Amino acid sequence: MVTTATPVQVVYKRPTSLSDIPTHYCPGCTHGIAHRLIAEVMDEMNIRDKTIGVAPVGCSVFAYNYFTCDFVEAAHGRAPAMATGIKRVLPDRVVFTYQGDGDMASIGMSEIIHAAGRGENLTVIFINNAIYGMTGGQMAPTTLPGQKTTSSPNGRDVETMGFPMKMAELLSQLDGAGYVVRRSLHDPKNIRMAKKAIRLAFETQVHGLGFSMVELLSTCNTNWGISVLESIQWLEDHMIPAYPIGDYKVSPAVANLKV
Amino acid sequence: MQTEIIIAGFGGQGALFAGQVLAYAAMDSGHQVTWIPSYGPEMRGGTANCTVIIADEEIGSPLVLNPKAAIVLNLPSLDKYEPLVVPGGVLVVNTSLVNRTAQRTDIENVFIPVNEIAEELGNRRLLNMVALGALLAKLPVLSLDEVEKGLVDHLPERHKRLLEVNKLALHRGAEYALQAVT
Amino acid sequence: MSKELLKGNIAMAEAAVRAGVEAYFGYPITPQTELLEWMSERLPALGRTFLQAESEVAAINMLYGAACTGARVMISSSSPGISLMMEGLSYIAGTEVPVVLIDVMRGGPGLGNIAPSQGDYNQIVHGGGHGDYHPIVLAPSSVQEAIDLTVLAFDLAEKYRSIVFVVADGNIGQMMEPAELPPMRPVRTEYPDWAVRGSMGQARHFLSSIYIEPKDEEVANYRMMQVWKRVQENEIRYQEYYLDDAEITVVGFGTAGRIALSAVRNARLQGVKAGLFRPISLNPFPIDELEKISQHTKKLLVVEMNTGQMLNDVQRAVKGKIPIDFYARLGGIVPFPDEILAEILRINQEEIPLEGDPRQRWMKRFAPVINWKN
Repeated sequence: MVTTATPVQVVYKRPTSLSDIPTHYCPGCTHGIAHRLIAEVMDEMNIRDKTIGVAPVGCSVFAYNYFTCDFVEAAHGRAPAMATGIKRVLPDRVVFTYQGDGDMASIGMSEIIHAAGRGENLTVIFINNAIYGMTGGQMAPTTLPGQKTTSSPNGRDVETMGFPMKMAELLSQLDGAGYVVRRSLHDPKNIRMAKKAIRLAFETQVHGLGFSMVELLSTCNTNWGISVLESIQWLEDHMIPAYPIGDYKVSPAVANLKV
Repeated sequence: MQTEIIIAGFGGQGALFAGQVLAYAAMDSGHQVTWIPSYGPEMRGGTANCTVIIADEEIGSPLVLNPKAAIVLNLPSLDKYEPLVVPGGVLVVNTSLVNRTAQRTDIENVFIPVNEIAEELGNRRLLNMVALGALLAKLPVLSLDEVEKGLVDHLPERHKRLLEVNKLALHRGAEYALQAVT
Repeated sequence: MSKELLKGNIAMAEAAVRAGVEAYFGYPITPQTELLEWMSERLPALGRTFLQAESEVAAINMLYGAACTGARVMISSSSPGISLMMEGLSYIAGTEVPVVLIDVMRGGPGLGNIAPSQGDYNQIVHGGGHGDYHPIVLAPSSVQEAIDLTVLAFDLAEKYRSIVFVVADGNIGQMMEPAELPPMRPVRTEYPDWAVRGSMGQARHFLSSIYIEPKDEEVANYRMMQVWKRVQENEIRYQEYYLDDAEITVVGFGTAGRIALSAVRNARLQGVKAGLFRPISLNPFPIDELEKISQHTKKLLVVEMNTGQMLNDVQRAVKGKIPIDFYARLGGIVPFPDEILAEILRINQEEIPLEGDPRQRWMKRFAPVINWKN
C-alpha cells in the first residue's frame, strides 16, 4: 500500500468573527449567508477587534449573537442614528448596521437618508427580502406590485399601497454616499459578488470615504409561502427585474481603492 | 428690599441691552440681580421688553406685575406699562415716538425725546443709554458711575469704540431728566 | 472663579462642557436653541462631538449609541422634542446606560407655544417612554442651580447608570443672573467595563434593552428597581424657606417655586406665617420630608404651572393629614407673586376642607380669571 504524504488542506473553516452557535433563522433563509460574508470580510481585514455592529429590529434582531465583535441593539429603524453616535465618538472604530427592509426602508427611512446625506463613515448591510419576516409576512416597503402578503392579501395594489422603495437608487443620489450597490444572494456567483461588495463597503469606511451601503436581495421562503428552491427561483424571476443588481454609486475615490 | 425695572420698546431700540447694562452694573456693585426678556415671535421686529430686578437678598420671582420703574420707548409700551408702575414709581417716556402725555399723577413721569438726543450725539442707537441715564437720575438704585463701569467692563469688544459716546449718552439723559419739568 | 451674568440656557451648556461632556446631539427648538448653538461652537473647538441631528428621534438614538461607548453624553430639547425622544429614552433606560437630558419646558400639549410651562412633569417624572423605569429628575429654579444640577446630573447618571433629567422652563432658559461656573474638568480617558468600544483584544461587549425571556426581563426590572431604591435613599433634594414656624406652607418647584418665594416674603411682611418647600429632586420626590412638614404646618398650598401634576405626589406624601389647596397658571402663563400672595392670604382666613379635590376648588376660583363662562 502506497501512502502519499498529501498535506491536509483546510478548505473550509468558520470565520473567527462568526459565533459558533446555531442561528434562529428558518432553514433556507439567506441571513446566514449574509452573516458569514460579513464575518469573512472582518476576518480578512483583521478588524473584528475594533468593529462595533448595530443590530436592527426584525428577523435579524439577534444578529448580535452571531458575531464575535462588539454589538449594540437599536430601536426599530434607528440603527443609522445609533451607529452615528458611536462612530462620532469613536471615529477610528469600524461601525456597521445590519438592517432589513421594514427597519431601514420604512420606519427608519429618515435615519438612513440623513446618515447617507451626512456622509457618515458607516457601512450598512441592507437585507431586502420584500416582506416583514419577524412579524409574520406583512407588506414591506419593498414588497413588489401584486405580491401577496398577510397585509396585502390580494396582492400589493400600487394605487392604494404605493410603489416599492428602491433604496440603492435612492441613496445613490446623495453626495455623502461613497459606495452604494445592490447584490443578490441567490447563487454562488452572486454570493461571491456580494462578498466583494461587502469588502469594498468596509474598505470605504476604513479609508474614510463616506457612507457605504450594500443592498442584498434575499429570500424568505417561509413568509413567501414557497419552498426554498422555489424562493431562489422567485428572487431571480421577480426581484432582480424590479431591483437590478449593479453599482449605483461608486465615488471616484472608492473606485481607486486597491483591494 | 428690591427694585424692579421694566424696559420696553420696539425690537432694535436696545431695550434688552440697556437692561443688561443695568444688570451687569448691579452685579459688579455686589447686588443680587435678575434680567429676563420677553422672548419668542414678538422679538422679531415687534415689541421687546425686559425686566431687571435689583435686590440685596435672593430674588424670588424674576417677573413682577407692578414694577418700581419703567422705561417706555414707544406708544404700545406706554399703554401697557403706565398703569402698572407702583405709586411713587418712575416712568420714563420717549416723547420722540409717543404723541400723548402720561395720565398718572401718582408717579414721577420723565418725558424725554431720546431719539433726538441720541441723534444730536451722532448715533441714533444711543437712545437706550439716554433713557437709562434719565431713569437713574430719578431712581438712584445705582449710580451713574456704577453703570458706566458696567459699560466699560461689558460692552462687547466690537463696540468698544463707542464706549465714550455711550457714557456721554447716559449723562445727557440724566442731565435732561434733572432739568426737565416733570 | 468669579460670578458672571449668565443666561440659563448658555449656563447649562457651558456647565456641561466643564463637566466633561464628550458628545452632544440636538435639534433646534425654542426656547432652548441657545444651548444647542453654544455647543455647536464649543464642542468642536475642544475636539469633542457636536451633531445637529435630522430630528429629535435621530438625536436621542445618536445619544443612545454614544452612551453605549461609555462617553459622557447629553441632549437638550423642549417639550414637543422631548415627546419625540421618548422611544429612544425607553431603550436607554432598558439598556441602563447613563445619559443627561435637559428639557426647557414650554406650553402644551401639541405645538402649544414657546412660553414657560411645567406641563411635562408627569411625562418625565412618571414615565413617558414605555416600560418600567425611573429617571432621576432635577428641577432648578435659578441660573446658578441650573449650573450646579447640570454638573450633578452627569455624576448621578454615571453613579447609577441612569437617565437624569434637568427640567427647566423658558424662564430659566432665557433669564440672566450672576452665577459661577465650575472649573473645567478634564475629559476622562478611562471607560467603564460595560462600555462598547470594540473589543480591542479584550472580552466582547454587548449592550441592549432586549430580554427575550420574560424571566430575564423580570430580573432586569428588579435590578433596576434595586438601583432606584438606592437613588431614593440617597438623592432626595429640596430647599426650605421660613419653615420653622410656618403655618401655611407653599409647595412649588422650579420657576413656580421661586415666584412663590416672593409671595411668601410678602405674606410674612403682612404678618402671615408662611413658608416655602421647594422640591429640587422631582424624582425621587421628597415624600418623607413633606410628610414631616405636614406634621407641624397647618395648611399647604401647591403652586404649579400645570393643572396639578405634582399635586398628586404632594397628596401622596401628606396622606390627607392636613388640608391642601392648589393654584396654577396654565399653557405658558407664568403666575405673578401677587396671585400667589392673594391665595396665601385667602387660605390664612378661610377654612379649607380636608376632603374633596383641591384641583376642583381651584378651577371654580380660577374661572373668572380667564373669563370662563359655563
